[in-house]
Amino acid sequence: MASIEREKPLKPSLRTPPAAAITAIKLLVFLLCLLPALQLLLGWQADTLGANPVETITHASGTWTLRLLLITLAVTPLRRLTGLHWLLRLRRMLGLFAFAWGLAHFATYLWLDQFFDWAAIAADILKRPFITVGFAALVLMLPLALTSNRLAVRRLGGRRWQALHRSTYAIAILGVVHFWWLVKADVLEPAIYALVLAALLGMRAWWRELERRRQLAAAVPQARGNGRVVRIVPK
Amino acid sequence: SRLPAYAPSPFSTSEEKTPLKAVTTYNNFYEFGTDKSDPAENAGKMSVQPWTVRVEGLAGKPRTFGIEELLQLAPLEERIYRLRCVEGWSMVIPWVGLPLAALLKQVEPLGSAKYVEFVTHYDPAIMLRRPVLSWPYVEGLRLDEAQHPLTLLALGLYGDVLPNQNGAPVRLVVPWKYGFKSAKSIVAIRLVEKQPRTSWNRAAADEYGFYSNVNPEVAHPRWSQATERRIGELRKRPTLMFNGYGEQVAGLYQGMDLKANY
Repeated sequence: MASIEREKPLKPSLRTPPAAAITAIKLLVFLLCLLPALQLLLGWQADTLGANPVETITHASGTWTLRLLLITLAVTPLRRLTGLHWLLRLRRMLGLFAFAWGLAHFATYLWLDQFFDWAAIAADILKRPFITVGFAALVLMLPLALTSNRLAVRRLGGRRWQALHRSTYAIAILGVVHFWWLVKADVLEPAIYALVLAALLGMRAWWRELERRRQLAAAVPQARGNGRVVRIVPK
Repeated sequence: SRLPAYAPSPFSTSEEKTPLKAVTTYNNFYEFGTDKSDPAENAGKMSVQPWTVRVEGLAGKPRTFGIEELLQLAPLEERIYRLRCVEGWSMVIPWVGLPLAALLKQVEPLGSAKYVEFVTHYDPAIMLRRPVLSWPYVEGLRLDEAQHPLTLLALGLYGDVLPNQNGAPVRLVVPWKYGFKSAKSIVAIRLVEKQPRTSWNRAAADEYGFYSNVNPEVAHPRWSQATERRIGELRKRPTLMFNGYGEQVAGLYQGMDLKANY
């Protein structure tokens, strides 16, 4: 994954922990991403998931999918703001966990909610916009999960790989819309997710704009002569 | 305070009752929060004594009833009813109460009264202030629905007074309609001429109609209503027309298009 970043090569610096520490951090993040699943399993066994455990599992798996999507999208801005470039090494795992939780969410729906009633499931996906949108997000995650390995990066080439993986933005938007449309009246919680997502995408848009202006400014001295500005970065 | 003696009712179902714990920890009472567990956590702040219910509007003898008066107004009955929530889950709940018709008779509705509006308690000091719904929560029934023998003014649950999260000290129970029609913690009952503007109908008119009769054939715009999960069970069961009370109530809607009047 590191190979496709165009900005700065990852140089070991004082702020990069040693390899062993990064391995330990990765292991910790791995366990943290699994922890909610363990809680749900134990809660199911002990019957402490409330009066409607299927609903509890559906909501928890959906919430963790969305949270992990946002955390994955936070890696690049965090890296840029803090200079902690090694954070990038966590991104693939975070993204794959988002997908795994999405699959768990879908499996809960197929199995515990619908009991594989394919006619009802098909009707839901086709007729209920919030399910259509959620299903679309899951389907869009599939190619990203399949191309999350180094071989795929090499085969696709960095640019194409990155272009493909930018669909994470769309997936996260679909995820928030899915949550928003499912809520009956109190949109506070989905609104919080929407705000966080807007901030994460907004930062990217803003940095892109700054980069455009920087390139434009660099081009201005030559352009001043005939009064024309040549756009280098498309707006 | 305990309940006076009550008698069983022929309207009760013999289905297995939903455990008290589920009935009192899995609630929709948005004034106390929109998570199912919020009402059980927050409703304790509500003081239910003293409590009065104003019965007013188009009535020959409008008056205010104290809770003690309501308990003595008519013989109390236990009614074990199915409750179907618009969200797709259901319970079987042993309520204790009296027919709403008995109360309405006391105030002598005028001929011009066509609907009944239920206004519920709202205290911003202890309840949700965000305008999730228009507060106070308002519900309504057609007068003949309100006078139907199945329509219950509930004062108790599982043989005891109503827990706050279930709508203490007095709530409506209309078993053939989605649960949100059964307003909780009622402070006023108004006999009116025009169809009341109910809170859920105001929030999303295309999703929550005035009638909101349980109907497996009319889907909620965002989910199917064909099946339901009985709390405590894993697999879903088919939802019954009028929540299984069609024999008693279908006559109220003779000739009406229930798809248009959802």
